[in-house]
Amino acid sequence: MHRVKTIFAGRPKTLLLAALAGTFVLWLCSSQINPYYLDVLTKIGINVTLAVSLNLINGYTGQFSLGHAGFMAVGAYTAAAITLFGGPKILPAESSHFFGVATGGLFFGALIVGGLAAALAGLLVGAPSLRLKGDYLAIVTLGFGEIIRVIFRNIDSLGGALGLNGIPPYTNIFWVFGVAVVCTYVVVTMVHSTYGRGFIAVRDDEVAAEAMGLNTTRYKIVAFVVGAFFAGMAGGLYGHYALSIDPKGFDFMRSIEIVVMVILGGMGNTGGVIAAAVLLTLLPEWLRRFDQYRMIFYSLLLIGLMLARPQGLFTWKRKPVLQA
Amino acid sequence: MSAAAKPSLLQLEHCTIRFGGLTAVSDLSMELGAADLVGLIGPNGAGKTTVFNVITGVYRPSEGSIRYDGESIAGQQPYQITAHGIARTFQNIRLFPSLSVLDNVRVACHLRLNHGVRHSLWRGRAFFKEEKKIDGEVMNLLEIFHLGKFRDAPAKELSYGDQRRLEIVRALATQPRLLLLDEPAAGMNPTEKIELMKLIEFIEDKYKISILLVEHDMQVVMGICRRIIVLDYGIKIAEGTPEEVRANPKVIEAYLG
Amino acid sequence: MTEFLQQLINGLSLGSVYALIALGYTMVYGILRFINFAHSDVFMVGAFAGFYLSRYFPRESFGGGLAVMLLAMLLCAALGIVIERLAYRPLRKGSNLAVLITAIGVSMLLENTGQLIFGADYKAFPTLFPVRTIVMPGGLDLSSNQLLVFGVTAALLIGLQFIVLKTKIGTAMRAVSFNHQAASLVGINNDRIISFTFGLGSALAAAGGILYSMLYPSIDPYMGVLPGLKAFVAAVLGGIGNIPGAALGGLLLGLIETFVNGSRFSTYTDAIAFALLILILIFRPAGLLGKFQAEKV
Repeated sequence: MHRVKTIFAGRPKTLLLAALAGTFVLWLCSSQINPYYLDVLTKIGINVTLAVSLNLINGYTGQFSLGHAGFMAVGAYTAAAITLFGGPKILPAESSHFFGVATGGLFFGALIVGGLAAALAGLLVGAPSLRLKGDYLAIVTLGFGEIIRVIFRNIDSLGGALGLNGIPPYTNIFWVFGVAVVCTYVVVTMVHSTYGRGFIAVRDDEVAAEAMGLNTTRYKIVAFVVGAFFAGMAGGLYGHYALSIDPKGFDFMRSIEIVVMVILGGMGNTGGVIAAAVLLTLLPEWLRRFDQYRMIFYSLLLIGLMLARPQGLFTWKRKPVLQA
Repeated sequence: MSAAAKPSLLQLEHCTIRFGGLTAVSDLSMELGAADLVGLIGPNGAGKTTVFNVITGVYRPSEGSIRYDGESIAGQQPYQITAHGIARTFQNIRLFPSLSVLDNVRVACHLRLNHGVRHSLWRGRAFFKEEKKIDGEVMNLLEIFHLGKFRDAPAKELSYGDQRRLEIVRALATQPRLLLLDEPAAGMNPTEKIELMKLIEFIEDKYKISILLVEHDMQVVMGICRRIIVLDYGIKIAEGTPEEVRANPKVIEAYLG
Repeated sequence: MTEFLQQLINGLSLGSVYALIALGYTMVYGILRFINFAHSDVFMVGAFAGFYLSRYFPRESFGGGLAVMLLAMLLCAALGIVIERLAYRPLRKGSNLAVLITAIGVSMLLENTGQLIFGADYKAFPTLFPVRTIVMPGGLDLSSNQLLVFGVTAALLIGLQFIVLKTKIGTAMRAVSFNHQAASLVGINNDRIISFTFGLGSALAAAGGILYSMLYPSIDPYMGVLPGLKAFVAAVLGGIGNIPGAALGGLLLGLIETFVNGSRFSTYTDAIAFALLILILIFRPAGLLGKFQAEKV
């Protein structure tokens, strides 16, 4: 908190603009970068957004949600539906000067709407679940994730069980890192304010938080909605990168992969979670030969972390501020 | 029972609290004025913390009414009741362990906050002005209670006595008119208890608030309370000044019988 | 009408399997207030144990089938005890969340190791017991496997009730589930009782795994995921921590699922269990037979 405070001492918006500008420059140079690296960077950006948004719900607010992939699915399908079905109606001809800009605008709009749809899903999931604690909340969010998946599996106009294909390849490095940067900015600035301390209070001790005048239900809902919004945007980005999506890709395992990033990074430690997201995106790439062992590795990692280092890999034990 | 000329701050009338088949509190009526220092005592299991919980909205009364400033608060959510001006501490200290001392108190200022999500994101001039104001208020409060030097320490690193004091400071930050202290002297040595007594009297004097105190330690209760209510098995068996209560045969029997 | 009765039979046999699995969830929750996520994978291991063990015993025989089932139950009981000892016990004092995450990890480990060892493809479960179709009045079909499912489940349920209510260790189990500290104060070895509970629950899951595979003879390393989740819903439906409740919940869920599957909403069959879970937890979290325990402030 102390370190973050110094970084944010009055200039977070400037940092945000600088980061976005940097992302734009990166995009301009993207033709110079090895396409494989570009691919990996894209995956990293999407995972960072997913992990940071989940960290708001699980890490900072302490609501153990196992259904994040469901929000991703809502965003992915909604955004894809807009570009696939709305695109041909709205976009000018390819030869037109405005094609590039129009496509960009359409994509941006689709991402936002996907995020909003996911946010709505977050509200619908959060509201009834919020009186539940720990284990129960986890199972219910898992259930919701599965219900969302089954619903999409039954919508034939979106491909049903076979999935939706032919999604236009609108995702590029600018969008991916842009969203990741904005997501990080939102989560960090939200939590590091007097208002935002409330999220952590809710996590630490709900009864005490209520006694201090905090509407804990409102905090939890805000966490769910904001977290879901960005998961939805990540989903939209993913859809226009993978070019084809199907319900199986947004299952419980996907949710768990994101959860592992949050745990590895340290619940409530945004920097650590980003590092963990990067690491867990690169690891499968490096260990591609051992891909069949990937899930075994994840499971051992989870168990090992919980037994040996539950605070995550990237949380350093601060020296006690008070000496003895 | 006091027949105060001005309307009382807190009024419980014929409150009964049942959990399934168990009646924790039965037909309790009590009143607190605007500048009262009242003790609530009784043997273990008498229902004292239950009374706190029903006043602060954690439970709702099965029967009877609870009025604050004349208006019923029964059935309201805890955070709404705190907004009315009732704050509390807990029997087992419930600080926010991952937050610093400063942040623990900052959180309690929430009720006075003008900014929310939008402002935290935008970080305009108004946001920083308010943050600075709150920072100042919190530091002021911490300094008064000699906790200022711990401002950035994680709350869990404080000594037991300091933690108890911090919990009281945190409750004060909500700017209450009624403060409920749940066994604040628990685990303290005699010196600390005397300091606690002075602290409570200081708070009552400086902030002009009413205090309702649940305590087992008779030295503390008899020492500072102007009025004492005695519960046994959820029923009020006595009420009066410390001297009156000390001499009451029913009270003696409840503790020794 | 025949259709209805047929569905009833099918539903009850599926429900019996759910009941057996649900018992494991409910017993562990009752004693530790913890949802053993890996339980569904013990179910899977039971099925595979039956698959591999059946090679050493005569097929299509009662004796052989029974032997396979008992051995699989023993094996899985041991597995359950080992898991508890290695992965859960060290975390018992910590946060509930940490154990839950560990349980998820163990579950994933079992599934993926299973995939590695057994292969991801579906295997045909062998015929353990002699199969006959009993034609009942009214044109109903009752397979001997279904009859066995009823019989074995009933026997196991009665056995469990006996253990829990009439034996010393069962009383100890109940004591530990009420109050850990008090139980150890009266001389109960909590660790051993907890191990025993895990072993018992896992044995029942193994039985469930074999019975399930007799009804739906296609097994794979991920077969436990859905039935496990549904059995968990059944346990909550009946009142988590309540043993008769788990049985009741299992049977009810089996029936509901079978009837939905036969209706025009069949594509939503899997989602029904989750929807049911959410509804229960919102409107009646104590379940049908359970008691809701509020947090002490």
